[in-house]
Amino acid sequence: MDYKEILAQYRDLPGGIIEAFHAIQDEFGYLPEEAVLEAARGFAIPVAEAFGIATFYSMFSVKPRGKNVIRICESAPCHIAGATEVIAALERELGIKMGESTSCGRFALEFTECVGQCQGTPVITINGKPYTNVSPAAIPNILAEYKQA
Amino acid sequence: MKPEELIDEVRQSKLRGRGGAGFNCGQKWYFAYTARADEKFVICNADEGEPGTYKDRIIMENDPHVLIEGMTICATAIGARQGYIYLRGEYPQVVNILNTAIDQAKARGLLDDFDIEVRSGAGAYVCGEETALIESIEGKRGEPRYKPPYPPVEGLWNQPTIVNNVETFAAVPAIVKNGASWYASIGHPDYPGTKIVTLTGDVNNRTFFEVPTNTTIREIIYEFGGGIPAGKKFKAVQVGGTSGAFIPEENLDTPLAFDTMTAIGATLGSGAVLVLDESRNLIDVLTRISGFFQHESCGKCAPCREGTMRLYDLMLKVNNGTGKPQDIKIMQKLGNVMAISCLCGLGQAAPAPILSSLEHFPADFNVKLM
Repeated sequence: MDYKEILAQYRDLPGGIIEAFHAIQDEFGYLPEEAVLEAARGFAIPVAEAFGIATFYSMFSVKPRGKNVIRICESAPCHIAGATEVIAALERELGIKMGESTSCGRFALEFTECVGQCQGTPVITINGKPYTNVSPAAIPNILAEYKQA
Repeated sequence: MKPEELIDEVRQSKLRGRGGAGFNCGQKWYFAYTARADEKFVICNADEGEPGTYKDRIIMENDPHVLIEGMTICATAIGARQGYIYLRGEYPQVVNILNTAIDQAKARGLLDDFDIEVRSGAGAYVCGEETALIESIEGKRGEPRYKPPYPPVEGLWNQPTIVNNVETFAAVPAIVKNGASWYASIGHPDYPGTKIVTLTGDVNNRTFFEVPTNTTIREIIYEFGGGIPAGKKFKAVQVGGTSGAFIPEENLDTPLAFDTMTAIGATLGSGAVLVLDESRNLIDVLTRISGFFQHESCGKCAPCREGTMRLYDLMLKVNNGTGKPQDIKIMQKLGNVMAISCLCGLGQAAPAPILSSLEHFPADFNVKLM
């Protein structure tokens, strides 16, 4: 589906621009510039406001990024449970730094704050799916599933 | 029951908000009930973003209907026909659970006069603040509004709106069913009922418990939590999430109720309990926490936008061993200014972990200073 069709589904929903951005991002992996411009027209708000919304929320990205978005929680409970070592293992395994995407376009590495799965710290999420009690040693196995996809 | 009776029952039960502010729930409903408007709204705040907290997720995953029922009772009481559940974006799997439950309730004719829509947040801690949450549902940046007017008078699309936490709504059906005096008799008399606590950090049982509000912090850590692993000693506990104070051993016999926590200079907050053992580097944890607030400040008001950034800078300095005694004084002064001058609870609470640690654990700072 192209972004115009997605936007059309939300145009009549009061305050629906955030839901529309979620739907566009589910399809494209990020919010393309032309989609944000089209959203501004569709919801009858200034372009600056549409970009203001797109860049306010940390789950939205206005830049292209890897298809599978890996987010590592760095909030206090995960921090003291060893998130730093998990970050190092992810960077090593993928050969990129936090905030970057792999050149093959398969993975993006991002920081996040608490994702509410604190029964099993440290926590990472891949495309929103949580993995708990993650150890550096477990990283290759967790990523294997997404390397094939 | 008539709206007035429902509101009275909830007010008499002394149910107070479980989201952190602790306002009398029935009283809040009464404000919205008496407000004159064509349309009123009920919003469930399911944006739990306090690090270490997942109580609302547990409720929604295990008993979504208790939430829907609580919201429907509120709608009946204040005269609302439309409700929203503002669910944090980090819980995509919960969207389906809630929508399925809403469909089930509709199929049984339980939502004929009241509709509920699930809206997803997109990763902004500040949207847990009720007016920021309202802005977000309106499709805007989630920046808090100036108050007053408060939402029960002027909320979503400027109409009277009740915003309650998931845990608050979940308490309502049992109150209506069993009566106000039944509920008021549970736990601490000033903050009756139960509280869900989520345990993280250095504790054997890193899980969640629902406890009466007269349960003490010590009981939470040592009985429910099973104590501290590997025979280590207790160092500090942070209750209420990352915006909570760090509490020393001498205050562990405090009940987990609203005013009792305030009395020791702490907060009940979300009910998150982060335990640190003697081997932990408190300064490093505080540095990470100040980094959290620096990232999550929405930037609307200067004391928070600039203050969270400065506190983070100063904590980084102390943590890497280049801090001076003067930096501690600046943090104290800045923290006190933020606590009284920031626009919303985020900035007001942001210095609390540092200020409480300076009070109770000054030696941890002193050994790091130049």
